[in-house]
Order: sequence, then structure tokens, then C-alpha cells
Amino acid sequence: MTEKPNTEKPGAGEIVLRYFAWLRERTGVSEERLTLPPGILTVGDLLLWQSQRGHPFDQAFAKPEAIRVAINHTHAKPAASIASAREIAFFPPVTGG
Amino acid sequence: MSVRVSTADFDVSEEMNRLTAGNTEIGGVALFAGKVRGDVNGEALTSMTLEHYPGMTEAELERIEGEAQRRFELSTSLIIHRVGELKPGDNIVLVITCAPHRKHAFAAAEFLMDYLKMYAPFWKKETFASGATRWVDARESDDEAAAAWAAYSE
Repeated sequence: MTEKPNTEKPGAGEIVLRYFAWLRERTGVSEERLTLPPGILTVGDLLLWQSQRGHPFDQAFAKPEAIRVAINHTHAKPAASIASAREIAFFPPVTGG
Repeated sequence: MSVRVSTADFDVSEEMNRLTAGNTEIGGVALFAGKVRGDVNGEALTSMTLEHYPGMTEAELERIEGEAQRRFELSTSLIIHRVGELKPGDNIVLVITCAPHRKHAFAAAEFLMDYLKMYAPFWKKETFASGATRWVDARESDDEAAAAWAAYSE
């Protein structure tokens, strides 16, 4: 599958959030650009923020332990810092192969 | 050493011949091909749709291939993974490992599949004859297989 690369760069302080598989379906969003509120420093903070964000994110993120996160195309654990993140993706555990 | 993510089918023999052409160091080739099963716990499957994360998928597959190269004596390898809508009997994934000796080819092929299942960002959605759809759940046994390799020092 040829996919066009993300050429549009986020503005200052903006970050790209991406959603895959059932997270994309439940949030109704595949990609969004936004500036995160202050105080969100780690992947864990971000998952908590998503779960408190209101409909439909609160339901999609109700079980954060079932959600995996990647920062700039690399798997990241809940304790990982998001300081250098340009793109953060949320998805269920992978099921390829 | 290469990876490919594609909606297109692959021909196992053609891929193997291309990969090994001109490389006389290779003494053994191991291949694994994954296919779409026609039923899931007795329920008839009509299609399986594979979603992935363009950019990260290729990066992860290359990382996994590099890890196999460090752990085993490999001459070369290939990973092909299909995406999009597939039907029962269709090919999903192909791993080919080439080594001077068979043990490393076998072991590297198994390693690549275990790590691919654990780390490569693909998601399967099943559609059944009833019209119902379901995202496939990750199996704990896949995580255990990758964890076993993490503990394995070669």
C-alpha cells in the first residue's frame, strides 16, 4: 500500500495524535493536531488525560492498560517522556502475522 | 535484507529465487508463509482486513530484521506483509531467511515471526458470514514467545 507521507508539519507546540484499529473507530478520529494542556509529561499522563477528555475519548480510553502507545514511530511505555514527541499514536496490542 | 508492506499478493518461489540469486554463501533457506483461515472457532469467515501504521510498520520490520541479523548467522532475509482486505486462503505474510547453515535459517525465521507478531503495528479485523465484524485480540502466547526470545542469548 502506498501511503502519502505526512508533509504538513505541526505548528509551534502542536502535536499530531493518531488512532488505529478499534481506537480509531471508537473515537471517530484517525488523526488530529493539537496543543496539549500543560502538565502532561509522560505517556501515562497522556492516557489519563484522554480518559478524562469527554465523549467519545473517555470511553475509548476507559481501559488504558489495553492501549499501546508509540512516540515518533517507536513503541513507548507509560513512564516514557513525551518531551520530544512530534507524533503520538494510540492503538490496541498488535495482531499481525 | 528487505521488508515490504503491500496490498499485492506474493509468489513464494519468485521471491526466494530473487533473494538468493547469485549468493553462493547460502546453504539453507527457511520460509514461513501465513494464510487466512476460513473459520474462527467454527464461525465462517468471509474476509479479513489488515490495517497498519504506515511509516512505523516499515521502521519496526527493519528493526526486527536488524535484530535477527545480530542474533543469527544470516546471509539475507525478506519480510513481506500484506494489508487491506483478504479472503480465506489468501497469503498474509512471508518470511524468508537465508543462511550458510540450516539451524540459523530455521531459528531466524521463527524469531522474525515471533517478533513481528509482538511489535509490528498491524491489526486484523474479521468479517463473518453473519455480517458481524470483530477486531482480533492479541494472544498472550505471542507475547510469551517474544519474551522467550528476549531471554534467549545466541
